Amino acid sequence: MTKSAPRGSTRLLRRSVLPGFRLSMGFSLGWLTLIVLIPLSTIILKTTGMGWDQFVAVGFSHRALAAYRLSFGTAAAAAMVNAVFGLLVAWVLVRYRFPGKRVVGAIVDLPFALPTAVAGIALTTLYAPSGWIGRWLDPLGIKVVFTWVGITIALVFVGLPFVVRQVEPVLADLGKDVEEAAAILGASRWQVFARVILPAIGPALLTGFALAFARGVGEYGSVIFISGNMPGKTEIAPLLIVTQLEQYNYAGATAIAAIMMGASFAVLLAISLLQAIMRGR
Amino acid sequence: MNRIATSPVTERPATRRLLIGLALGFLLFFLVLPLISVFAEALRHGVAAYWASVTDPDARAAIRLTLLVAAISVPLNTMFGVAASWAIAKFDFRGKSVLIALIDLPFSVSPVVSGLIFVLLFGAQGLLGPWLMAHDARVIFAVPGIVLATVFITFPFVARELIPLMQEQGKDDEEAAVSLGASGWQTFWHVTLPNIRWGLLYGVLMCNARAMGEFGAVSVVSGHIRGETNTMPLHVEILYNEYDFVGAFAVASLLAGLAMVTLIAKSVLEWRFELHQPGARS
Repeated sequence: MTKSAPRGSTRLLRRSVLPGFRLSMGFSLGWLTLIVLIPLSTIILKTTGMGWDQFVAVGFSHRALAAYRLSFGTAAAAAMVNAVFGLLVAWVLVRYRFPGKRVVGAIVDLPFALPTAVAGIALTTLYAPSGWIGRWLDPLGIKVVFTWVGITIALVFVGLPFVVRQVEPVLADLGKDVEEAAAILGASRWQVFARVILPAIGPALLTGFALAFARGVGEYGSVIFISGNMPGKTEIAPLLIVTQLEQYNYAGATAIAAIMMGASFAVLLAISLLQAIMRGR
Repeated sequence: MNRIATSPVTERPATRRLLIGLALGFLLFFLVLPLISVFAEALRHGVAAYWASVTDPDARAAIRLTLLVAAISVPLNTMFGVAASWAIAKFDFRGKSVLIALIDLPFSVSPVVSGLIFVLLFGAQGLLGPWLMAHDARVIFAVPGIVLATVFITFPFVARELIPLMQEQGKDDEEAAVSLGASGWQTFWHVTLPNIRWGLLYGVLMCNARAMGEFGAVSVVSGHIRGETNTMPLHVEILYNEYDFVGAFAVASLLAGLAMVTLIAKSVLEWRFELHQPGARS
């Protein structure tokens, strides 16, 4: 990406040639403040406005803790599945030629375009004991619908394109000369993958994992149909917020939202630190 | 030795076929089957039942509301996206990266929280709730709330697409136009817009898909009043929870159709104009 290159001393002059900075900047900042910043600040206002006891009572209740565990656990599991299969799909799309490749490439983005509620009812119907997939799993004793497995499957659906779209361009840019060198020096194909390719695409893979994970933690529409929503068992954190709101417990809903946002922010920060370390090496 | 000499940097044909098979199998089970099942379930009791569900008055009201919400929120965010990318790509100023990060903020907020913040602002016990009540205005459990939540959710789409594109194109063309005497608006309409139109269309397409399909945020602020504050995704939920599966999947099939049209248009744009999409997208 080339940033507009400043050219020596003419930079200040060049900057002032184009009109419209005040108008575009003013409109952007105004719209950003009205739509994003002021509404989001209500979370901070409401959280700081409530007492610590109240915050802990709702935010760290048994029911809430179970919901965080479920949301973060299934989001991590789904992001790991997506890291493996997203890498596989990206690999196949970049490296191999096969009929229908363009269609496959387009299909990968389906979760970005398909409304989450539609995905939710479709997955629930597929994995129900009478569904196309569920009828094969049911005799084996595998229960998907109304369990954490179902939640994870919904989050795999939602998160897959994040990993594929992160890894694909890096994989495509990877020069084959390094792989050739490794092969000529006697490395097996697997060694080349583990020691040469994987470290190169590591940061992108981690970004994809983080994006899929963050999306999974907050996901609502695709999950609530398949999860069954039993408090303490299959109730995800976003649903608990909705439940609190339906009981007009604004403070409770805000406390859970604040804790969720804080926790996902911490995870994302840890992942970007890990990336910095990987890139630094 | 022989293998290395012939193809040092690819896999054996058998391995290749296995990997392709695994990837396609995964996509079949996780993406394609859900999509097909939407249409199969919708047509389970025949075309007549499908048609009845789609033309039901409540369904039609939901379709109208979804179109209305998209018709308001997509142009607003398109204007914002163009303005923000013009400011960011054509000028140098301090705090640019902070601004870009702030624009991305709605992507990292759970849809449910995106609805919650507007309830905290405009709800009965919200900050502006009493004032709204005194003026007999409703935002939450009404159309304005649905529009606001949708605008928030789709806020970054156009800007995210245009910022890297306009940064890549630089500002030489615009500077040439201005130095030849074109006004700011002339420069924008005749120089910048033709350069960015396909990227703009791409951003609008994705913004629209999300605006019409948003569920979580809208569900929190809508109040689920049938025929009044139900968008299509919310109508799908209500029908599904009432065990009207054919009805739910019939309305869902319209949304799935929209998703397929979006994907096809998006792919055509990508192939013909070699547009790359930014990494983060929800």
